[in-house]
This record gives sequence, structure tokens and C-alpha cells, in this order.
Amino acid sequence: MQIRRLPSGGRIDRETPLTFSFNGRAYTGYTGDTLASALLANGIGVLARSFKYHRPRGIVGSGAEEPNALLQLGRGGSTLPNQRATQVELHDGLVAESVNCWPSPQFDVAAVTGLFAKLLPAGFYYKTFMWPQRWWHTYERFIRRAAGLGHCPRAPDPNYYEKTNASCDVLVVGAGPAGIAAALAAGKSGARVLLVDEQSELGGSLLFRDAQIGGDSGDVWLQDSLAVLRDTPEVTLLPRTTVFGYYSHNWLGMLERVTDHLPDGDRSQPRQRLWRVRARQVILATGAIERPLVFCNNDRPGVMLASAVSTYIKRYAVRPGTRAVVFTNNDSAYLSALDMQQAGVAVTAVVDARDNPQGPIIDAVNAQQGIEIIRGAVVHDVLGHKRVHGVKVAPLDAAAAALSGSSRALDCDLLAVSGGWNPTVHLHAQSGARAVFNEQRGCFVPGQPVQSERSVGACSGEFALKPSLDAGAAAGADAAREAGFKPGRKRTYKVQDAEQGPARLVWRIPARTRVSRAAKQFVDLQNDTTAADLELAVREGFRSIEHIKRYTALGFGTDQGKLGNINGMAIVAAALGENTGGPGTTTFRPAYTPVTFGAIVGREIGDRFAPIRKTAMHPWHEAHGAEFEDVGQWKRPWFYPQPGEDMRQAVNRECLAARNDVAIMDGSTLGKIDVRGPDAAEFLNRVYTNGWSKLAVGRCRYGLMLGEDGMVMDDGVSARLAEDRFYMTTTTGGAAAVLGWMERWLQTEWPHLKVHFTSVTDQWATIGVVGPKSREVLGKLCSDIDFDRDSFPFMSFREGTVAGVGARVFRISFSGELAYEINVPANYGQSVWQAAMAAGAEFDITPYGTEAMHVLRAEKGFVIVGQDTDGSMTPADLGMDWILSRQKDYIGRRSLARSDCVRADRKQLVGLLTEQPDQVLPEGAQLVDDAQVTRPVPMIGHVTSSYFSACLQRSIALAVVKGGRQRTGDTVRAPLADGSVVQATIVSPVFYDPEGDRQHA
Amino acid sequence: MLHIECPWCGPRDQSEFSYGGEAHIVRPTDPDALSDEQWADYLFMRANPKGKHREQWCHSAGCRRWFNVVRDTVSYEIVAVYRVGETPPEVDDAD
Repeated sequence: MQIRRLPSGGRIDRETPLTFSFNGRAYTGYTGDTLASALLANGIGVLARSFKYHRPRGIVGSGAEEPNALLQLGRGGSTLPNQRATQVELHDGLVAESVNCWPSPQFDVAAVTGLFAKLLPAGFYYKTFMWPQRWWHTYERFIRRAAGLGHCPRAPDPNYYEKTNASCDVLVVGAGPAGIAAALAAGKSGARVLLVDEQSELGGSLLFRDAQIGGDSGDVWLQDSLAVLRDTPEVTLLPRTTVFGYYSHNWLGMLERVTDHLPDGDRSQPRQRLWRVRARQVILATGAIERPLVFCNNDRPGVMLASAVSTYIKRYAVRPGTRAVVFTNNDSAYLSALDMQQAGVAVTAVVDARDNPQGPIIDAVNAQQGIEIIRGAVVHDVLGHKRVHGVKVAPLDAAAAALSGSSRALDCDLLAVSGGWNPTVHLHAQSGARAVFNEQRGCFVPGQPVQSERSVGACSGEFALKPSLDAGAAAGADAAREAGFKPGRKRTYKVQDAEQGPARLVWRIPARTRVSRAAKQFVDLQNDTTAADLELAVREGFRSIEHIKRYTALGFGTDQGKLGNINGMAIVAAALGENTGGPGTTTFRPAYTPVTFGAIVGREIGDRFAPIRKTAMHPWHEAHGAEFEDVGQWKRPWFYPQPGEDMRQAVNRECLAARNDVAIMDGSTLGKIDVRGPDAAEFLNRVYTNGWSKLAVGRCRYGLMLGEDGMVMDDGVSARLAEDRFYMTTTTGGAAAVLGWMERWLQTEWPHLKVHFTSVTDQWATIGVVGPKSREVLGKLCSDIDFDRDSFPFMSFREGTVAGVGARVFRISFSGELAYEINVPANYGQSVWQAAMAAGAEFDITPYGTEAMHVLRAEKGFVIVGQDTDGSMTPADLGMDWILSRQKDYIGRRSLARSDCVRADRKQLVGLLTEQPDQVLPEGAQLVDDAQVTRPVPMIGHVTSSYFSACLQRSIALAVVKGGRQRTGDTVRAPLADGSVVQATIVSPVFYDPEGDRQHA
Repeated sequence: MLHIECPWCGPRDQSEFSYGGEAHIVRPTDPDALSDEQWADYLFMRANPKGKHREQWCHSAGCRRWFNVVRDTVSYEIVAVYRVGETPPEVDDAD
């Protein structure tokens, strides 16, 4: 039964009733309701328990400011935590649940903490649970469980999300009267305008406040204006869209809730869309949020913002109570008194902190039967626990420091509160500007803009309708003009608007006893921060508002202090003896309201998380059972297990094939750069440590690249294709960085060198044929190259036809065996690979993956940059002084002479042989001299590569050890995570064929 | 997100660019003539001004050209953009 639903009125559609469930019970509402209005219509008063004290809480507001009504929405993968019921559109089948309570918000076991509230002051957790420090993990588990706010979905979200980019001339944020006037003015000029509003219906305050604009009712003006905007070609209206962040250079983030208002099954479109908008000009018309007042027990269900009460009555046709008191310090709440009276809520009294409020609105209330205006008085306490039963009213002294007379009690089940209005300056502040306190208006207003933005209407501190409309129109025209359009004559509006008198600023209502002893006066309802907490923080020596925030949790949580922050800052100012604006505000950070991870991630999930690169032979690898390994974005075959084989068996078999017969691997992922131009050799001289000028055409050379700090950056073999042309290879992972590195040096330091770089990684497929019988395989594949040992020597290349395809064949080796790398245009990669497999069949040619490649190269002591090096290794550390030219300068050379680079105790590359031949050290294991010495045990190095070598029939490892090359034969120890200690002997890093005969075979 | 005017392609989002740090650091022509301290100064020491900063950017997801930008590190305003080798524009208080 919608017992609180008014028989008529509101902007709901009574023709389409909806069913929803709350805490397991079924209720009804109407299309056009929010979850909050539907709950109120059904008479639900308590729907949450507070964060710290587990006090019963009800709905306070009607929008983004709501601190209490945070509910869990939906079930399964699409559930959402902490949703503000005030902003959730009701739909059929909606499921909502309370969160911070057990077993129910009506009866919550943890409310017992309220009895010990005196023991839980600000900073309680810091003071109590931080010692002893190592117990914190234990405490934290229980504290987190006691203060849970909703839960994350455990299953994947069945919905999808999108991202889009947009640009516009004028972005208008907020479609209240000022925003609409701005959009009309800007749109008329032909400028591309986006008018964005977080609500489902555009109109802002016109949705709950009566108005007369240009002789029409506010609603007629609203509908006419929206019709004009819809017909303006360059204007786009975006309801249900929150501008949550204002970033550099007028770049804003917006969240459009595309189908959140539809039942789960009805979503044929994305659930939400993240907009990234670049706007030439921004007009902020974000309105204002009513400020509550701070008095004892001001958190009782039934204490609501006056404007929220009006909203529920006028927009949703819901009466939030039956008998009401209004407590205000300004005129606007008098309008709510009239709204309530009209809706059949008996308004007993308007309690006004001002001694002598005057004006047409006060007169209108005065004329009503039965409403008593109690002047110069305040509500200082609330009666009732799960529902307001009444309020205590007493006169306030002139200094607003004490109650100046006896109290009287008034019966009511609804207290409508207004402490004035806080302009929503969040986006203005996020843009880099600073909000300033305006004494006259009693609020923080936008300061000097630092980006192309302007604030109009209530968010600028202007709360009256006519000036807001006029300012909106002027801002729209100005913004269009600055964006390069001709807006025409400025428009002004004729408005019948009752003038409002000044407010009396009262930040904390005095209590009968000292604040610390009085009933709780809540400043931040979501975090249970009280006035006493703030004053305690000041007494304990906190001065900066940012520190006080973190000590008391003021302004934390999903609402980020939209209701309580300004009251809190003013209370802190008073406690510090400063002016109200003195301490300033805490930093306004994005997001204005929370943004789901789904929207931030968009479609970039699963296979679309990052680009996946596959070689031309990938389908063959898949068809032949390869296990794959990710190397950067590449999928590389890791090993090819045969039926019944585990990884070690497969890798052993692949390694032995390469050592004894012939094996084949896909090397296409190696970075390849075509370096071309008359200065190509000169350029290589500068980026490689060794010399390139004298390399003959047709020959290859291994090169090492250093950073300017002398540390090894990349390596690879480059071949001289022609006098002015090299074919450079890089590591798989380093390809893009090396190209960028060379381009940067060329463009910024040596622009006079005549050379070009072209990435050709994807253009060439690379097939390595490795092993003693590789020459025979190549001989079968290619008839126009002479593979004779001496006429095609090691470290040279030939061009020819391989399996009918034009190819470059390099005789280079990363395994230490006789080996050839066949490079063919990528489109022929798979067919040449298959031809090689067929030609090698008689030798039992064996495909091998990256794991066997690693074992083979480690047996030879060949390093992998990025595995055996970590950005702190010089060539000398690797034992590669031989590659450092003394004839020329190169990048990084001077750094190698720095004192730190010639220290004797630098970590140097060594080999390790474990005492037990079958024990394989874990890579990354730390090495120590003596595991028994007092902790911390000095680390002397670590294992960088470690494998079982099939051809040596034992484990081998590469490691870096301080001064390691002088320590050959020493024993080092690797203490492992399981408590065991492995002993190993330092040896040469070349374990196999140290003379290198095999690759020259 | 900054909006950066590439001198070759025009205004684009920051996500198309990569940052290169302080501009106009010239590689010494004779590194051996420098003391370790002088070399370290070239290698590691960078200005970190509060205010206008001359810095290098690369249109890495576009034309892949490096160029120079004068950017205010407080307001993020881009005061000037110029190509490598061009005479830097006169800017007050730029580091």
C-alpha cells in the first residue's frame, strides 16, 4: 500500500505501476519514481544503519547529496553497491537491499556500539588499534566486517559498457532554468551545444518549485524551451548523464546511465557510457544543495532537507510525513511549508533562527491557518529513535552561542530543515579554480576561473530565478561568441519571483549541555562525524582542514561531504577562532558521484584488454599443440608437448633435437628495423657500442645498445644489406622502444644525419633452422644459395629463393649450433615453414618453443636483455668488454668511466652449478655467503636464469654476484622460501662448447 | 587531458603524445673533456620549475615527430609550441 502517495499531482505516470522488492518484501511504485520516492510512498522510514554507531537512518535528501539511503541494487553479476536511492530510477522488478545492518535495519544487532559511543571519539581507530602494529591485520578484519557498505559482484557483469569521445563548442552542465537559458542562447548562434543533466528529466528546480516565466508557468516554459532545443540541429540533450570530472584544457568526463533505469533483461544497449568531452567553452549551471543544520539527534529518520520534502511532494506526489515542523534560517524553507500545507501535511510551526524575518514569502505562511512562526528560536533536540516523534524548541541568544530560554516540545513526525544553500562548486574547483567564501551570501561561491568556464545560477551563489535566467542567457551568448559564433542580442526574462530576505548563519545549534556531553550533533551523516569530533580534533592540535578531514573522516565516503562539509568547515573555523571562510574547503576531487569500473573499463575486457599479436605461423603452432607464452603483446609457442609429455620432457626433447639433429623455431617476433641512408653506418656507430663502418656488405654483427647512463638497453644482430642499408634486429620486447629511441636521437640531436628508420617487424616471418643437420635441410629447400661452410660462413647472409619464395637467409646462432634464420615476406611464412618441416622430416626435424630457446642460449651463456639484465648492468658487468669500441664515441660510453661503473664489487654475470645436479634454482632467488649470520643477511646477488639442461644432464643457472668473476669456485647459498638452503658453486657462465666450434661447423 | 598543438598535425589529445622531459639539453660534443660531475649534470640533473617549462614532446601515435613545448607546470597552460631547431619563442620566466 502506497500509504503516503498523494491522490493526484506529481510527475509520475500513474498508468504504469511498477513492482519492486526491498529487503525481500514486494512493494509498488510508479514510472517516474525514484527508489527513494517509492520507499517513502510505501511508508518506509528506516532503510539503513549508520556507518559507525549503527543508528537507524532514513532518507534525508532527494539527489546526489543523499548520505543515508545507500542500497545494494540487483543480484548476481550486475549487482551494484552503495547506490543512492534518491538517484535510482524505479523499474519493474528492481531488487534493493539494506547493507550496513544485520539482521535488518529495523533491528540491528551491532547497534549495541551506540551504547559505547562515548568510547568511540574521532581518531578512535588510530588511537586504539594501531598498537601493537603487527596486530593491525587482525583488527582490520573485524573492523571492516563491522562497517561494511555493500558488496562487489562476484560474477562477471553480464552487461556491457561503452566509451565515446566528443567535442563541442559549448558544454552546459545542468539543465535547470539557468542552464536551459544558456543552452537556448548558445544554440541559437549555431554553436554545437551539449546540455547535460544527471537527472532523468531536465528542468532542475522547476521540477519542484512553482514559477512564472514570461507569463507562462514554469512547466510550460520548460516544455517550450526543451522543444526549441530539440529542434536546434547542433544542440544535443543528454539526460541521465553526470559530468563527474573537470580536467585540464576543458576536458571533462561524463557518465551516461543509458539503460540503468531498465530491467536487466531489457538492455539492448550498453548499461552505461563514459563520455570524454573536449569543450571550447563550459557553462556550469549545476545548482545548489541545501545545507542541513547541526543540532542534537539531527540524524533521526524523519529529519529531512526542506527542499527534499518539496521535491517528494511536488515531483513524486509523496507526503514524507503527516505532521511537520520546519526549522530554517532563511526564506526558502517557507516555500516548503506551503507545499506541505497544500499536500495535506499539518505544519505545526516554522522555527526560524532569525528574530524578525520579513517579506512576501513569510507573509504567505503567516496567512495560513495553524502554522505558528516561532522567531529567534531553534530546534535544539529531536525526540524519537526510529522515527521523529517531536522536537525541542528554544530561543537562541543574539550571539548564537547559547539557548536563551526554556524549551518547549512540539509533536511531529517530519522535520524539514534548511540551513541555507551550498552552491555546487565541485566542477569549478576541479577545473583548478578556488571557491571563495562570500560572507553576504553565506556560502562558498566560484572564484576566478582558470579555464574557459563560467558559473551561472545557483552554483554561482545566485538563488533567485530572474537573475539566474538572465545570467544563463548572457553566459550562453558570451560562450558562443568566444567559441567563434554570433549569438545575436542578449535576452532577458520576465519573471514573477518573490524576493527573499537575508539568512542568519548558524553553523552549530547550541545544546543544553557541553557539546562533548550532549546528544550527538551530526555534521557528516555518512561517516557519523559529529560536531564534538571536529572540536576534539581542533583541541588535539589539528589546524589544517585537510588533516581534520582525515582524522575525523569528515567528507569521506560516496557522498564526499556534499551535505556536511561546509557546516564542518564552519564549525572548525569557529573552534579555531577564525572567520568562517578561513580554513577554506578541502580539495574537490573527481568524481563528483561514483563512477563504476565497468564504465571506466568499457569494452577493454577479456580478449580486448590489450592487442594480441600473432605470427604468420600461429595457426600451425595451434594445430600442432603448442602451449603459448605471452611475450609483450605477442603469443609465442612456449613448447610443443607430445601426448603424455610434461613440460620438462617436451623441453628436454626439443633441446636435444637442436643439439644432436635439427630443430626449427618461429623467430618472427624479433624486432626488425630497416635502417637506410648514406649515414646509416655512422648512425649505428653512435647507438651501438661496437664499430659498423667496416662491416662488409653481406656480413652480420652482434650489437649492444646502452642508455646514456651506460646501462645495457637492448641487443641484436644487424646485417649490412648494402653500403647504405642495414637490417637491424632487436629483442622481441624492445622493438618499439628501440625504434623510438633511435628516432629521438636522430630528430633532436643529430638531425643532420641522412638516415631513415622503418619498422619491418610485421613484414618478415623468421624461421630458425638449428642444429648439426640444418645445412642439409636448407640445401633441400634452396638451390640458388651455396651453403658450403666456407663460402657462406658464420655471421653472414645471402639472398636467394627458399621453397620458391624470395628470402634472406642469415647464418647466425642464438643456440651455439650451426643455424640459419630464413626471413621471408610474412604472407609466405606459414608455407615456407611447412616446406621446411617437410624437408626436415627425414631428419626428424623438431619444432621448439621459447623455453627450449632459453635453455639453449643459457647453456651458451648468452644473456637475454631484460631477464639477465635489469637496467643496472653495464657491458663489463656482463663480461662483454670485448664489444666496446675504443675508436669512437657512442651513447653511454662516457658513463662507463664513472666511478660507480668501475667499482670492483659491482654485480657481475656468473654461472652457478648446484651441489645437487637435479636441483633447479628458482629464478629470482637471492644469494648469500652464509645463511647463518644475523639478520638482515647481506645479499650478494640473485639468480637471473635457471633451467635443467638435457644435454649436460644437470641443472644450470646464470646469476649476478657482487665481484662474481673473481670468485670462480666459491660456494654461495640460496635460502628459499620453504626454509631450505641450496648450495651452488660459481663457474663460468658458458656451460657448453666454450670454444664456439659448433656454430662455425 | 592536455590539448597539444602538434606543429605538424595540429591540435590533438595528450593521449597521442609522449613526454620527453626538459628540452634544450645538448649532448656534449666531447664527453671525455667533462668531469664526472659535469657529465652527471648533463645526464641526470633536470630543471623542475614552478611555472613555465620548456619541454620535449613526441607525437608518438601520430607523425612521430619530436617538438618543443613551453608549458606552465602550475596551470598546465601551453604557452608556445615550436619545432626542433626553431628559435625558441620569447617567453617570460621560462626555464
